[in-house]
Amino acid sequence: MSASARPGWMEKPRPLTQAAKALALAAVVLLVCVPFLVIVSTSLASTQEVVDNGGWVLWPSEPTLDAYRDIFDGGIVTHALGVSAGVTIVGTLLSLACTVSLAYALSRPGVFGGRPVLLLVLFTFLFPPGMIPSFLLVKELGLLDSYASLVLPVLVNVFNLVVLRGFFQSIPEELYEAARLDGAGDWRVLVSVVLPLSKAALAVVGLFYAVAYWNSWFYASLYLESDHWPLQQVLRTYVVSGAGLTDATTGEATVTAPQTVQMAVLVIATVPILLVYPFLQKYFTKGVLTGAIKS
Amino acid sequence: MLPGVAYFLLFHYGALAGNVIAFKEYVPFDGLWGSPWVGPGNFQRMFEDAAFWDSVLNTLWIAVLQLVFYFPVPLGLALLLHTLTWSSVRRFVQSVAYLPHFISWVIVVALFQQVLGDTGLLNSGLSGAGLHTVDIIGNPDAFEPLVVAQVIWKDAGWGTIIFLAALAQVDEQQYEAAAIDGAGPWRRFWHVTLPAIRPVIVLLIIMRLGDILSVGFEQMLLQRDAVGPQTAEVIDTFVYYQGIVGGDYGFAAAAGLFKGVVGALLVYAANKVAHRLGEQGVYK
Repeated sequence: MSASARPGWMEKPRPLTQAAKALALAAVVLLVCVPFLVIVSTSLASTQEVVDNGGWVLWPSEPTLDAYRDIFDGGIVTHALGVSAGVTIVGTLLSLACTVSLAYALSRPGVFGGRPVLLLVLFTFLFPPGMIPSFLLVKELGLLDSYASLVLPVLVNVFNLVVLRGFFQSIPEELYEAARLDGAGDWRVLVSVVLPLSKAALAVVGLFYAVAYWNSWFYASLYLESDHWPLQQVLRTYVVSGAGLTDATTGEATVTAPQTVQMAVLVIATVPILLVYPFLQKYFTKGVLTGAIKS
Repeated sequence: MLPGVAYFLLFHYGALAGNVIAFKEYVPFDGLWGSPWVGPGNFQRMFEDAAFWDSVLNTLWIAVLQLVFYFPVPLGLALLLHTLTWSSVRRFVQSVAYLPHFISWVIVVALFQQVLGDTGLLNSGLSGAGLHTVDIIGNPDAFEPLVVAQVIWKDAGWGTIIFLAALAQVDEQQYEAAAIDGAGPWRRFWHVTLPAIRPVIVLLIIMRLGDILSVGFEQMLLQRDAVGPQTAEVIDTFVYYQGIVGGDYGFAAAAGLFKGVVGALLVYAANKVAHRLGEQGVYK
């Protein structure tokens, strides 16, 4: 571990303060990590061990992948996983494309209609349309029970738009001028100058979109029939509300899924986030703050 | 630019115009525009509805509890992290603390059920030690501390980002000068650190006040069944149950519009107050 140098004027910390700090930090880390450990362990334990233990297991004595095998047998969870992955990938790409092009247009001075469009967009932040009108709109557009209803109504996020716009504006004007002199048009400037310089901001905004799509369940519960549900909505129904798990192949409702299976679904819903998190984590502070300060 | 603008026009302004339903009696067969007008009837019904006012009170009460109990936590955590001289420990704790922000409410609620539920970690431990078990999930009396604890668990770490950024901008020389003048750690904290981050604190408090009518819709909806509407109904869930579940679209839209208008006025007013106090505010 590297200790950064303490400035000369600062007194040496007292042992008691040090201990209190260490305790507080350990508490933070444990409070976040222990629940996850319990979930993962329970999903890996045998059903018998979970019952013996009264509902949960901190460390499985004989780890088994039975619960995961049950889930990936082609039932409802496998299907939901596919839906979630598809909506997340397609939604993130579409959202990024629309946000980038709009943010770029709004970041350049002198674009026709730039100012009114910016005000139009910022106003929606102050006054969201409301749940009932949005629901009726989706219904009247005929989007009910289509995956488009999970993506189109939330296509562009104002906060993400402002983050990107701020980032684009921070690129030195000279670079734009140089590209112009070389005869590059708007698209060419965007693709070969702006985007390569904006990797950090794109990573952060892309992550925010991907997490939002992956975590979304409310729109699915509003707009989709249960055989189209993404993973989070399945999780909500079978784990949070404790309903029986229906086998998609036979169509028979079985009894409430065993604890191990419920926890395995939870793990599957969390893992993608844990996987992308370390790669993008270094960009957070930078990306979030450029947005927060500029707006 | 066009797809983005088209999106805002259709899904924000199109839907915003759909608020006319608040002045109509929605008949599915006639659609949004063909349904008959009822004038302010929906609003009259709403103002006379005790359940609506209950949801308003619950919303305000939970928002106040969060302001009092949630708000200081990220500030304290940021101050603690800021004093760490070991940068690798600091980065590790930050990474761990940010993480829950990216976990969905469904998973957060499921996690809390696992730890605090009837057969969860806590109660198994208590009964294993021969003690009484405590009913936390599903107990209306415990609901408010529970939802505040969930918000702290999920977002306190994430909330430190903005404080840490403010702390990072404090001039090192001020600390040094104060130390040379004989100010101990506490005096330095009081006279250098706090004044430096005051604008951020004021700004965040004001933003929360402006947002006071929106407390965790997904969080409440997920747990409303466990404790019942008397405790967990907020304005957003009221709108949801009246409109989407109950099919009384005009009435629910009226409640939603009420929330939208009051919310916008609050943000506007909060921003005015921020300017009066000489702070930057959310916008100019």
